Amino acid sequence: MNVVVLAKYIPNPQGTPDLGDDNLVKREGVEGGLDPGDEFAVEAALQLAEQSGGEVTVVSMGPEVALQAVQKALSMNCSKGVLISDPALRGSDVWVTARVLAAAIKRAGFDVVVTGVESTDGSTGTLPMTLAELLEVPALSFARHVEAKDGNIRIERQTETGYDVVECAPPALVSVTAGANNPRYPTLKNIMQAKQKPVDRPSLADLGLSGDEVRPTQQVAEIRPAPERQGGEIVEDEGEGVQRIVEFLKEAKVL
Amino acid sequence: MGAVWVYGELFEGNVHPTTLELLTKARSLGDGTEAVLLGPGASEVAPTLGEYGAQRVFAADDAVYTDHLAQPAVHTLHRLVEEHRPGMILFAMTYVARDVAGRLQARTGSTLLSNATDILGPDRGQTQIFGGTQIVDVALEGPDPKLVVVRPKSFEPQPSGGTAEVVEVPVDVPEELKRPTVVERHEEAAAGPKLEEAPVVISGGRGLQDAGNFELLRELAESIGKAAVGATRAVVDSGWVPYAMQIGQTGTTVKPDVYIAVGISGATQHMVGMKESKRIIAINKDPDAPILKIADVGVVGDALKIVPRVTEAVKAQKGG
Ligand SMILES: Cc1cc2nc3c(=O)[nH]c(=O)nc-3n(C[C@H](O)[C@H](O)[C@H](O)COP(=O)(O)OP(=O)(O)OC[C@H]3O[C@@H](n4cnc5c(N)ncnc54)[C@H](O)[C@@H]3O)c2cc1C
Ligand SMILES: Nc1ncnc2c1ncn2[C@@H]1O[C@H](COP(=O)(O)O)[C@@H](O)[C@H]1O
Repeated sequence: MNVVVLAKYIPNPQGTPDLGDDNLVKREGVEGGLDPGDEFAVEAALQLAEQSGGEVTVVSMGPEVALQAVQKALSMNCSKGVLISDPALRGSDVWVTARVLAAAIKRAGFDVVVTGVESTDGSTGTLPMTLAELLEVPALSFARHVEAKDGNIRIERQTETGYDVVECAPPALVSVTAGANNPRYPTLKNIMQAKQKPVDRPSLADLGLSGDEVRPTQQVAEIRPAPERQGGEIVEDEGEGVQRIVEFLKEAKVL
Repeated sequence: MGAVWVYGELFEGNVHPTTLELLTKARSLGDGTEAVLLGPGASEVAPTLGEYGAQRVFAADDAVYTDHLAQPAVHTLHRLVEEHRPGMILFAMTYVARDVAGRLQARTGSTLLSNATDILGPDRGQTQIFGGTQIVDVALEGPDPKLVVVRPKSFEPQPSGGTAEVVEVPVDVPEELKRPTVVERHEEAAAGPKLEEAPVVISGGRGLQDAGNFELLRELAESIGKAAVGATRAVVDSGWVPYAMQIGQTGTTVKPDVYIAVGISGATQHMVGMKESKRIIAINKDPDAPILKIADVGVVGDALKIVPRVTEAVKAQKGG
């Protein structure tokens, strides 16, 4: 199976991102990298390709620095990359992103598309399904375990009360939850080799999209800090703490 | 604008609680409230949707909607949308409805607001970003229906005392959309009250040191009664407890009378799922842990020592 995996570049993966004056998340001029959630997708994609024989292409849309995310995936052992970077895409919403990625994925060709469930910074969590519909393929969503089995893809799908086992023949899309596997660490040699791997840089025109078609359908009308919850009393002594907790439970009338 | 629709869900033979939350909000937006409910048992429970404000419920009872994930539902929902042209459709941010919303967007080409915490009007929604630290009002543009995926527990369900006309919808799903297929179902949920409904939620994090110490929380929950046990993603990912217990951005949202955070640092992604609790107790050995800054009662100390003593004290209270 030939696999396309999505990789999003996000600013400051470990902390809270910053907003610029234009109310957009600052993506340039800040430390960033591959979304940690997408590392699980890359690992699942590599395993699917290894189990079934095939190669993995990593696809990303983002600013120039997003090349770092592509390169991280290449160093994990993806074969080639595609990066769509265009000033017209700044501030894209999920609808625009889905259409750009769909066009790039169709152009690359695939048996399976693997994505994360939600990005760490945007966390809309709907893009994979919009993409599946645009690609006209079934989707195996919220996979906490993925494997290739007898030419099919088989996953454990997270549910509210447990999990379902779900199966499908390719072509299909799989969205992978965080914690689904143990993403591999690239070696220094892998990192050096990744720099030699081909990265295709299609323009919007190459993808058959005009500037008009990538206008966002959402605007931030207002943004303000949420009211902060006030802290209360802090008890430093354990014995006193036990007493205070019990009193508090009584005050709350749950005892 | 056109009517506001709610994409309803069935859960364990009944209406999913989020459906009633969304109907309560939908009817405050005016212009008519309607719902779609697909899956086995839909027409039987459809009248409940009327009691929460749906004037009309489009229902189809067929396992095709539960055996093949989102594609069959999207097909039927899209046909209904073309026929009746709603102005907005509300979905709950659940595994089932989130998938349906995402796919529907590709068919209608309309805007989709995810992670919504409120709907302010026909073209305006509200969301929170960065773990609920910033509130954002979003103007929704482009063609109807506007699609809004709402976080559970954003609205308090309130009955309206109405009744719904139930419209049986023909099941017309093409063979090629009956993919993928659910081949097995497994339940992992813990015994006791449901996380979403329990008046007391006791959650554990990595500070509990190992999986076995979750027993301390279960004992405390039992001594209090009507208490459920939750967890952070860190310990779910470590395999200590099943995912169904995860609280936070990618887990369950809870708003109990009392939330007790044990050995939890208070990452924004965790807090977004519990910070609306009425009262918060936190136990953490690190005086600088962020969770202590939002706790009504914060105890600095070793949870492994404190929790058993609280359990003893609660038992003594109840006994005497
Ligand atoms: C996209 C995304 C989504 C996420 N979604 C969620 C989510 O839904 N839910 C969620 O919970 N997290 C989520 N996270 C993870 C989150 O960022 C944190 O990593 C996680 O919540 C930390 O869990 P923790 O508090 O158990 O562990 P830690 O942060 O390691 O905290 C452990 C705490 O225990 C304390 N401690 C240690 N020993 C003791 C002791 N003996 N007694 C008392 N206290 C002790 C320590 O002082 C520390 O504060 C998400 C992250 C991302 C990137
Ligand atoms: N700009 C992007 N480039 C590549 N992949 C993306 C991009 N945005 C989203 N994705 C993928 O879609 C998933 C869900 O993202 P989101 O819907 O933004 O929460 C992510 O985990 C990624 O796998």
